[in-house]
Amino acid sequence: MAQKQYETVIGLEVHVELATKTKIFCSCSTEFGGAPNTHTCPVCTGMPGSLPVLNRQVVEYAMSVGLATNCEITQYNLFDRKNYFYPDNPQNYQISQLYLPICRNGYVEIETESGRKKVGIHEIHMEEDAGKLIHDTWEDCSLVDYNRSGVPLIEIVSEPDMRSAEEVIAYLEKLRMTIQYLGASDCKLQEGSMRADVNLSVREIGAPEFGTRTEMKNLNSFKAIARAIEGERERQIDLIESGEKVIQETRRWDDNKEYSYAMRSKEDAQDYRYFPEPDLPPVVISQKWIDSVAERQPEFREAKMARYQQEYGLPEYDAEILTSSKHLADLFEATLLKCEKPKEISNWIMGETMRLAKEHDVEPEKISFSPENLAAIIEMVDEGAINRKVAKDVFEKVFTDDIDPKQYVEEQGLKSVNDEGALRGIIEDIVAKNPQSVEDYRAGKKKAIGFLVGQTMKAMQGKADPAMVNKILKEILEG
Amino acid sequence: MDIMSFTATELGKKIKAKEISVKEATEAALKKIEAEDSSINAFVTVDREGARKSADEIQRKIDSEELTGPLAGVPVAIKDNMCTIGLKTTCSSKILHNFVPPYDCEAVSRLKQAGAVILGKTNMDEFAMGSTTETSFYGETKNPWNLEHVPGGSSGGSAAAVAAHECHYALGSDTGGSIRQPSSYCGVVGMKPTYGTVSRYGLIAYGSSLDQIGPIAKDVSDCAAILETISSYDRKDATSMERETYDFTSALTDDVKGMKIGVPRDYFGAGLDPEVREAVLGAAEVLQRKGAIVEEFDLSLVEYAIPAYYVIASAEASSNLARFDGVKYGYRTEDFSDLHNMYKKTRSEGFGPEVKRRIMLGSFVLSSGYYDAYYLKALRTKSLIKDAFDRAFKQFDVILGPAAPTTAPRLGDSLSDPIKMYLGDIYTVSVNLAGLPGISVPCGKDKNGLPIGLQLIGDCYQEKKIIKAAYAFEQTRTYECCDIAKKEVF
Repeated sequence: MAQKQYETVIGLEVHVELATKTKIFCSCSTEFGGAPNTHTCPVCTGMPGSLPVLNRQVVEYAMSVGLATNCEITQYNLFDRKNYFYPDNPQNYQISQLYLPICRNGYVEIETESGRKKVGIHEIHMEEDAGKLIHDTWEDCSLVDYNRSGVPLIEIVSEPDMRSAEEVIAYLEKLRMTIQYLGASDCKLQEGSMRADVNLSVREIGAPEFGTRTEMKNLNSFKAIARAIEGERERQIDLIESGEKVIQETRRWDDNKEYSYAMRSKEDAQDYRYFPEPDLPPVVISQKWIDSVAERQPEFREAKMARYQQEYGLPEYDAEILTSSKHLADLFEATLLKCEKPKEISNWIMGETMRLAKEHDVEPEKISFSPENLAAIIEMVDEGAINRKVAKDVFEKVFTDDIDPKQYVEEQGLKSVNDEGALRGIIEDIVAKNPQSVEDYRAGKKKAIGFLVGQTMKAMQGKADPAMVNKILKEILEG
Repeated sequence: MDIMSFTATELGKKIKAKEISVKEATEAALKKIEAEDSSINAFVTVDREGARKSADEIQRKIDSEELTGPLAGVPVAIKDNMCTIGLKTTCSSKILHNFVPPYDCEAVSRLKQAGAVILGKTNMDEFAMGSTTETSFYGETKNPWNLEHVPGGSSGGSAAAVAAHECHYALGSDTGGSIRQPSSYCGVVGMKPTYGTVSRYGLIAYGSSLDQIGPIAKDVSDCAAILETISSYDRKDATSMERETYDFTSALTDDVKGMKIGVPRDYFGAGLDPEVREAVLGAAEVLQRKGAIVEEFDLSLVEYAIPAYYVIASAEASSNLARFDGVKYGYRTEDFSDLHNMYKKTRSEGFGPEVKRRIMLGSFVLSSGYYDAYYLKALRTKSLIKDAFDRAFKQFDVILGPAAPTTAPRLGDSLSDPIKMYLGDIYTVSVNLAGLPGISVPCGKDKNGLPIGLQLIGDCYQEKKIIKAAYAFEQTRTYECCDIAKKEVF
């Protein structure tokens, strides 16, 4: 009997924490961390009589993500209350959007080895995050920190359009890149500013209906997501092959054990008793507001990559790396405004910058030197004011302390000595002191010149222009 | 001179003129409370220390002319569902028996800025759910006109305190008639403003889309002055409306010539006590004699207001009251085995029967499968009722009717039959559903000497019209107070 061929059908629910400075319904800080319950007020701790007031920036960010993912923007928005009891949820209801989500019917385009395809976006809605429960096993009690309560979220619900882990990762990468470019979130899976729940079912290839799906939670990295998809696919196929049924349920992925565990089935699914939030009037979004957000949309990665290659003649490889983070691309473009040497800037960013970032354990997003300082170094090298070796040393100071490179070079006396007469005198002196090397060179051991160059640079404390040193040495040795 | 016999604005004038000190006024009120409140039980908390302390501060500010408003130095009582910094706020419930808010309700903070002396917090139906102030965890409030009768509710403590002259005015809240009906039962003036006029920030919500704070006072002039003080556009309340003007006192003119007053036939049908009917229609005649044009009309949909109201208010309440769970503040059960057991026992022990009834009703109408049939239908009814009022206000300036179908029932009569109690809200709830302003003004007494209230309803933002009509009517009567109020305390 031929083995049955199965197809995996996957849809995602992605929660993204928005990068607003303040919470969605109060003016508390959204900053990550902080001593427990210090970023709180009566509103985000659900005190009696407190009322929510919508942060307009949340609507803007949600709209910008919607527009970037080809969604229709809902012009008459309502918030709804989702009622459920849990201590991390101080009001025992979450303010969310059920009936009229802000964005609908969009898509993103992804590219995998099997080609390009569109993944549909069913909706994007705005909601508030919950607090965090901490179980103290020593005291045997639970504590709750409401710092995260009320941090704005958008939930991006895809259509069940993905068929493999590869497509899922491509979709998530695409969303992450888009949202990072918008500045709407930093989208960090590990820190929880981007969270993905995977809805997965399997069916025989060609079957007209979808199979029964499960929802998997607790997926903290792309790798975990890929493993969870593989694991759940196999679990469901095993069930079907052995004649059992897949149960519609929520499962928790344990990445260490590489297995998912049932959390709750559809039968004990809660009735959230959604109803329109009476404390918030409808949010009416005018076409003018939509247009103004659309106008302010940034240039996204694809467009940037193409432009870098066309406009600046950068290789595809450079364009890819520079645009892999909006921050790097911004750095590149800002430097370019000060110094029109795209390839040179690209080299500095891809080479020294990335090396130092790795060495100092700085995330690309957190690189913070001033573009004009990099531009100044490039100019100094170009003018021959400093040599490359000095330039790298100076750049390290720029990278770590953002010093003014010109001033630094001046103060430290690092300028190249380009006075040929003075240099010739010193070289003649070194040649005289090293007869062995001269002899070796003249005997055909051309490498011996390296030692003499080294001695010269040492005598010059690294400030000589190596090209000029070479030229003079050759003249003396061969002349 | 009985300091407690003055109206709030009269007292304010005498304080300003240095005829009476803030301290004297405060002590007079505290003494009156001391003397009478053990029988009336209008207060849940009396803040003697706080009142005395603020009296001194306010006097200084009046002396330095920092405070010049009409309510500076005048003692006030606040319904116990409005948060007050450092002062216990219980909603008359066991579940908040120890809750001391770290913030003020916006309306309270506006009163404080105006120099009000806060005497304490008044009793109410638990979480404002009830029409008699009998559902309070802290015992029922009694009607000062007759201690065997209820004061009405849910702002029964505020209305009784004003009627008994335990304070010069009070704040109440009105979700389905909770200011107007007890004002009617207690023979005082109570006003519910247009939804969005007074900030709800710090008002512990019952039915968020219906709740409004308003004044309860001895006369219409006081109501207008108090409303002017507490109303504002507040960014902390997203349902707060930015109004063109917050002037209400300029409507205190004795002139209703040409004012069109509609009398809905539907408000005078079965269930209306004949004595109430007579007094209210009598009031209409008085206004007509003063030059108003009074006409009967059919408002329609009146019978649907109560079911729609109880569905919407209970639905919102079931969610609003979910936060009282023993986790963060308030009452927590002593023994529990796990989280769910803690929730269950805390809420079972912390809430009274009427609150539980409405939480269950509200949860039911929002449940999947019932949402469309109940909640959505109620919302549609609400909008039809609003349409009916819109049509009426194309024709009339003011709608006139009773505030309640009867005078104050005897203690205990309503609790045994909640449906009957709900039906008592028939003339008030539609005003909340449509977001309109309404005022209740005394217009007579029944054969047992219990007060009857006249209700005047205005279109949205037309408070001045109902103030004008109420004021003109009031000019034809002399102020009457109960015997307890008349007793001077030394």
